[in-house]
Amino acid sequence: MDVIEQGVGRIFTDPDADKAREFFRHKSRALVSKLTTVKEAVEKLVKDGDYLSIGGFGANRVAMSCVHEIVRQKKKNLGLAGHTATHDFQVLAAGECFNKCDVAYIVGLEARGLSANARKYMESGKVEVTEWTNYTLAARYKAATAGVSFHPIRNLMGTDTFKYSGAKMAKCPFTGTNYALVPALYSDVAIIHVHEADVYGNCRVRGILMSDYDVARSSKKVIITCERIIPTDEIRRDPTSTFIPYWCVDAVCEVPYGSYPGNMYGEYFSDEDHLREWLKVEQDPEEFKAFLDRNIYGVKDHFEYIERNGGIAKMLKLRQKEWLLVGARA
Amino acid sequence: MANYNVMELMICTAARELEDGASIVVGTGAPNAAAMLAQKTTAPNLVIMFEAGGAAPLVPEMPISVGDSRTTWKALMASSMPEIMETACRGMVDYTFLGGAQIDMYGNLNSTRIGPDHQKPKVRFPGSGGANDLASFCWRMIVMTPQDVKRFAEKCSYITSPGWLQGGDSRAKSGLPLGAGPYKIITNMAVMDFEPKSKRMRIIAINPGYSEKDVQDNCGFELLKAKKIVENQGPSEKELSILRDQIDPYRYVIGR
Repeated sequence: MDVIEQGVGRIFTDPDADKAREFFRHKSRALVSKLTTVKEAVEKLVKDGDYLSIGGFGANRVAMSCVHEIVRQKKKNLGLAGHTATHDFQVLAAGECFNKCDVAYIVGLEARGLSANARKYMESGKVEVTEWTNYTLAARYKAATAGVSFHPIRNLMGTDTFKYSGAKMAKCPFTGTNYALVPALYSDVAIIHVHEADVYGNCRVRGILMSDYDVARSSKKVIITCERIIPTDEIRRDPTSTFIPYWCVDAVCEVPYGSYPGNMYGEYFSDEDHLREWLKVEQDPEEFKAFLDRNIYGVKDHFEYIERNGGIAKMLKLRQKEWLLVGARA
Repeated sequence: MANYNVMELMICTAARELEDGASIVVGTGAPNAAAMLAQKTTAPNLVIMFEAGGAAPLVPEMPISVGDSRTTWKALMASSMPEIMETACRGMVDYTFLGGAQIDMYGNLNSTRIGPDHQKPKVRFPGSGGANDLASFCWRMIVMTPQDVKRFAEKCSYITSPGWLQGGDSRAKSGLPLGAGPYKIITNMAVMDFEPKSKRMRIIAINPGYSEKDVQDNCGFELLKAKKIVENQGPSEKELSILRDQIDPYRYVIGR
């Protein structure tokens, strides 16, 4: 297949499917408990310089406890998949934890507005970027999941998004049509928040799945946080509901309200007051530093963070808001 | 004095473009409001989808995120991002609404950066998100945006999402799916489409209170004019009451 044109963006991860197969050949299939704490999981499994993927969608079903822990442990020089990244990106940018980024969506928090600090970080020249799109990053995960080194897609072409990507254009050998080929994305480590998991790492989620099916399967190491640990008997009673199988998973942490201040389908809505506060304090460096100390550096874990932001009473309110109960609008 | 504001006018104009039984992928804000309005007026069987996986919900209130729980409220399916994007790839999504910091005469959109240095941009925006994907795969892309000389630019600093590229048959030759592309541009002042051969932006309707000159003066490139330019109808009482009372009672979007 001849390459007709190619993007100038650097490909931060190795798309070689054989090397990945060799890695997965040696990944444990042992049915052993992987129950641990977020602190230990991040200490053990997230190394400086690793390439990180985050499940969920920015501030929806996101493993916020892990995102905070990565900042608290001052992980540096990470590569980051900026795939549907919003509040998670904002927090990692606050910690200046990454210096390479595959960009699909960054620096914004959708309808809430743009993060001043994340924007400043991306305009500073400290982060090397390669451009993609939400679907092309999803297709890169799909290729890795399928054990192939690229995925053909029909967009990017003709735009600057192609020019600054790592994609290559080639002709389809069957029809002669131009396609963009995107390289498989095998992350070093993924953090994913789910509704339920057993101690081995068999996971269930409700609501939308975003790209997590492929993120979980294509990442070399996977840290799961869950709202609840459930018995393996329950997984075996209803195997249709298993979304991620245990052999993909390296650590399981029970973190109720683990997506806070984000939304968790059927459990609690996002804390819009707190997210607004994030956007506001970023305007003032002094205030922002104090805010980060109060909410991340000065707390020991996610529970203490939640305690400092309204605790159980707040969680109850967000639960009522999630269910659109009459009078629950905060 | 008109009894509606600019945002209400654009949302109502956009809603009327969506026929009953069509499918659309929308984002948060005005696009979502327009799709909800269409569903409650002329297009009750409009299939609304969100790129994170929500499919055919009965959206109860404005979502804050295209992945929040409102996007699957009483939905027919809670799916995934690949599922929604591949539905568009296969040709089953008719419409999408997009916007950007800049748009050129061929409907190309910039939502990535301002400034020449890509690794150290003067201003960094979110990037494509799903915009490049949806602009490529959905049959008809509609842009809803306020109009001024800076936004309607002679040349985009960066083309994030494809319009008709360099016009003519350039998009058809690029490899992007055939037959899809920008369809209408809805602004506070006018409605534009694209002249079929050159694919240049063309005025087809003007909003109450504006002139052709206003529209051209607030555009950074020369606009073509349709043979017959009509006056766009303002929102009806019924549209306004549904929009204000049922869709956006807290004025998140129409209060902007």
